[in-house]
Amino acid sequence: MCGTCGCGGRDVLIGGKRPVRGSGVLSFRKPAPAGVETGHDQESTAQLRIIQVERDLLAKNNEYANANRCQLAGQGIFALNLVSSPGSGKTTLLVKTITELNGALPLAVIEGDQQTENDAARIRAAGAPALQINTGKGCHLDARMIAQAMQRMDLQEDSLLLIENVGNLVCPAGFDLGEAHKVVILSVTEGEDKPLKYPDMFRAADLMLLNKCDLLPYLEFDAGLAVEYAQRINPDLRVIRISAKSGEGMAEWLDWIRAGCTKTAQGRQRLAQTLE
Amino acid sequence: MHEMSLAENVLQIIEESARSQNFRRVRGVVLEIGQLSAVEPDAMRFCFDSVMRGTLAEGAVLQIIETPGAGRCLACGATVAMQEQYGLCPSCGSPRLQITAGNQMRVKDLSVE
Repeated sequence: MCGTCGCGGRDVLIGGKRPVRGSGVLSFRKPAPAGVETGHDQESTAQLRIIQVERDLLAKNNEYANANRCQLAGQGIFALNLVSSPGSGKTTLLVKTITELNGALPLAVIEGDQQTENDAARIRAAGAPALQINTGKGCHLDARMIAQAMQRMDLQEDSLLLIENVGNLVCPAGFDLGEAHKVVILSVTEGEDKPLKYPDMFRAADLMLLNKCDLLPYLEFDAGLAVEYAQRINPDLRVIRISAKSGEGMAEWLDWIRAGCTKTAQGRQRLAQTLE
Repeated sequence: MHEMSLAENVLQIIEESARSQNFRRVRGVVLEIGQLSAVEPDAMRFCFDSVMRGTLAEGAVLQIIETPGAGRCLACGATVAMQEQYGLCPSCGSPRLQITAGNQMRVKDLSVE
């Protein structure tokens, strides 16, 4: 069990089913190959040799992420990886986003949670296709899970793919899924200094949604300070103040999504022309 | 950062190397972990021992080489030592620092028999 967050990653379910076990980042511990000694008790007199490996720990994840990115580009799909702590209002914001887009843009959602299908059910109720990945004890989605999920979804050309990562402000920062952007959601019911406490995520994101802004009059949260902290970590971070409840900032967020979708679709068309 | 799944990735790299380099037992593993990579060496040690149990690397000695962080100031071009993922350039005060070293997480080498 992980000493940091209790994650284990052995109980993954995608759409309620076990993924195929293979050689990817999700691979489960395989029994040692025949002839391999595994115990301490067999004293060996064989000579040690040093093997230079020089391999990045995330190399496998990054291979899957690159393959996902190629597939998404080929289909003109604008993919966003939404990350935050639990309770920031990600799912409510997604539901509101789907409702406001009102079918004008084909979209699909991948939901990541340790347990339950609840979030996927909420998304489906809002009218969008959703696939739930349950990571079991795992504390983040990885690129191989997304590759497997994408295979099982009927993703449309020139569409939007929203990936709601497991609520965790630490682990998902390091795992590229092949998305166009990480979008970090910080709600005003959290502390202003979260960006300083959890800098990795704010560094990895391109957009921050400062959510639940309708509550600002009732809180002592200093929104300007939160933005200042976030941009201290990442000077290029764009910020939208938003409220899924009051609708504040939704137009700007939807415009940002539409612009990304248009650019991605144009990229696909150029790619198709080049390949013709 | 997710040390458990990173430790699983270490095992995967070891198993792939065992097949290509033809060894049956791993006695030592050297990891290079950058100070800016957000991996806790202690958590990694804990996860490493747990993941390697029952494998060809059970009981292997883990050595972690922590490499220092460094960056380049995008405003003035200065080279900056970095202890955290963010900071201000000591020369010009700009926060626009690009990490150039210290964010890697690599299996450097293995002692095998």
